[in-house]
Amino acid sequence: MATEPITGADIVIKALVDQGVEVIFGYPGGAVLPLYDALFKQNQIKHILVRHEQAAVHAAEGYARSTGKVGVVLVTSGPGATNAVTGLTDALMDSVPVVCLTGQVPTHLIGNDAFQEADTTGITRPVTKHNYLVKSINDVSRVIHEAFHVSRSGRPGPVVVDLPKDVQQAKFEYVNYANQRHRSYNPQLKPDRALIERAVDLMAKAERPLFYIGGGVVNSGTAASQLLTELVRLTGFPCTQTLMGLGAFPASDPLSLGMVGMHGMFESNHAMHDCDLMINIGARFDDRVTGKLAAFSPGSTKIHVDIDPSSINKNVHVDLAIVGDVGHVVEDMLRVWKARQAKPNGKALAAWWDQINKWRARECLRYRPSNDVIKPQYALQRLYDAIKDRDYYITTEVGQHQMWAAQFIKFEKPNHWLTSGGLGTMGYGLPAAIGVQIAHPEALVIDVAGEASIMMNIQEMSTAAQYRTPVKIFIMNNRWMGMVRQWQELLHGGRYSESYSDALPDFVKLAEAFGWTGLRATKPAEMDDIIKKMIETPGPVIVDVAVDEKENCFPMIPSGSAHNEMLLGPDDQKASPVSEEGMVLV
Amino acid sequence: MTKAQSLRHLTKGEGVTQQIERHTISVMVDNEAGVLARVIGLFSGRGYNIESLTVAEVDAQRHFSRITVVTSGTPMIIEQIKNQLRRLVPVHRVTDLTVEGPSLERELILVKVKGTGEKRVESLRIADIFRARVVDSTIESFVFEMTGSTEKLTAFVNLMQPLGLVEVSRTGVVAISRGPEAI
Repeated sequence: MATEPITGADIVIKALVDQGVEVIFGYPGGAVLPLYDALFKQNQIKHILVRHEQAAVHAAEGYARSTGKVGVVLVTSGPGATNAVTGLTDALMDSVPVVCLTGQVPTHLIGNDAFQEADTTGITRPVTKHNYLVKSINDVSRVIHEAFHVSRSGRPGPVVVDLPKDVQQAKFEYVNYANQRHRSYNPQLKPDRALIERAVDLMAKAERPLFYIGGGVVNSGTAASQLLTELVRLTGFPCTQTLMGLGAFPASDPLSLGMVGMHGMFESNHAMHDCDLMINIGARFDDRVTGKLAAFSPGSTKIHVDIDPSSINKNVHVDLAIVGDVGHVVEDMLRVWKARQAKPNGKALAAWWDQINKWRARECLRYRPSNDVIKPQYALQRLYDAIKDRDYYITTEVGQHQMWAAQFIKFEKPNHWLTSGGLGTMGYGLPAAIGVQIAHPEALVIDVAGEASIMMNIQEMSTAAQYRTPVKIFIMNNRWMGMVRQWQELLHGGRYSESYSDALPDFVKLAEAFGWTGLRATKPAEMDDIIKKMIETPGPVIVDVAVDEKENCFPMIPSGSAHNEMLLGPDDQKASPVSEEGMVLV
Repeated sequence: MTKAQSLRHLTKGEGVTQQIERHTISVMVDNEAGVLARVIGLFSGRGYNIESLTVAEVDAQRHFSRITVVTSGTPMIIEQIKNQLRRLVPVHRVTDLTVEGPSLERELILVKVKGTGEKRVESLRIADIFRARVVDSTIESFVFEMTGSTEKLTAFVNLMQPLGLVEVSRTGVVAISRGPEAI
């Protein structure tokens, strides 16, 4: 329906409102002044001013992953757009729906090396699901609506819309294109029924079955997680999760084997290796999960459910590929399983569980406790114990602390665990936590951090202070880039090249400087009190936990090794050195 | 790497040795700014080969362009290439002409040969055998135009080499399926 002509900037805001946008994360600049002016004149959309554009994207990711909605970013041209690139890449790798609006120099200056000009669509092409340069006012509304459709549908991802300043200022009538069908982009959501029948055949016959579930289940929505939980319980099959899939199946369920992969559970990795039927739902055979490809689950028939056909047969050849949305696929599997009154192979399954329980009995997360120094595992156990009955969200930075958090903090629901899995972006956790807290003001939002990672987006403490978002940063401070140090110890003869965190700030004083509360723990006996204080303090809090500097993250599949070659602890590590082939892998 | 080398080249995937195959893929896309960059960026970013690539608008009314790309890789890589292409938002249709029934491939070449005397006469004679046309002539040069398969064009270029070949311009492959069906 056509209306009075309004400016391009007003059209953008109107389209965002029609898309249900409530919050934008952004940073102003010359090329987006008309958009910021349009924002100023309305009160339907709240703008959160970050302190760096990378953080705007991570905050939008946190907002998106914890709500299931599209996160929205607004940044200026040139450096605004280039600063956003890491965030966009992160969102692409982890399939997070984000729409990023970037300002651009006026159309007549494009290509002239104008002030704050960058080839934004050129730079972001390989790191977005799709991008647009809107050169005509006629296209603004259609492109904004299309950007949301592309970002949230199919396999979600980041979309950039580059808006030249003259286009923001030109006038045109607003037309709502919200439900327009796209002429070429229409991802397949419903699976082929015959494939579902074959999958159920395989499941009913399997002797050593295993569900291997990933972030696709979370992306499909909470209903998909519930349906999957029902299916897993109906079959009684074990279920392992990827880093991105944590929470998609309740961790407390006895059928859950916990995380799989490089720092996953001993029982999960052995089950992956020995299973005869692998049912991959919404995971992508990432190299952190598969380990050595040539030795990956050699005896299994593999089913792969994915909404993105390009994920299928990319790393691992599968026997039955089902393209579709996880929610639809699992719903159909449930229906067929129930209609047939299918039963699992009970005797074989019982024997399989006997074997799994033997692996479980190894208690792979065991560590040497200490009364003198705080073991990082202990700190997280105490943290989890204190928060488990609350509505908590955990974000992380990247490194050892991230893996320990994945191992020791349990999730019963999807969308409560936010971590940079694919790209492994240090500096993700704090802005992501702010994004989560904006969406869930009453929840307990904790960024489990390392002292090195947290420095990468430390400026966002200012954002949290401005909006009074009571996020908590739980720093596992071992004074090292822990994972780098661990790999240098394992692979490079203990030559700790540039991995020591020198000249660290006093985090307690830093907290005070930003108007936060700062706490410190140096002895195991202090942990419970400090954690309690952190939870009870209103407003944002940093907890600086001085943990054991030498602790390594186990269990571990050394790079270049197979699932059944896990190291359980420091003693194993000496016994089996990493192969030369493994050395070149990351 | 020449094609002959690439055809002999073997690679290891999943412990199984897989043969490198050459495929001609047709991609129908919206004729919009940046679409070619998306396709080319996909190939370079993921380390796929491009042996040749041609593009032109084929339907002005619907703004469709057709990209014909000749690529090589293991069967798993070829499958990946097609799926990755289908994932691009402005891509309407991806057709593997090498596997989906019989197809025709043609390329156009312009060859400049410089010389006098016997060599000049010999180049004209060979051009005649290959059914190449003379499209430009001076006393000491010819420009030949020829269409045909990649192999035929390459053979012609090789023959012209000792006869004063100075410049070559070729279009890369365009391809279409045989028979009445349209893609």
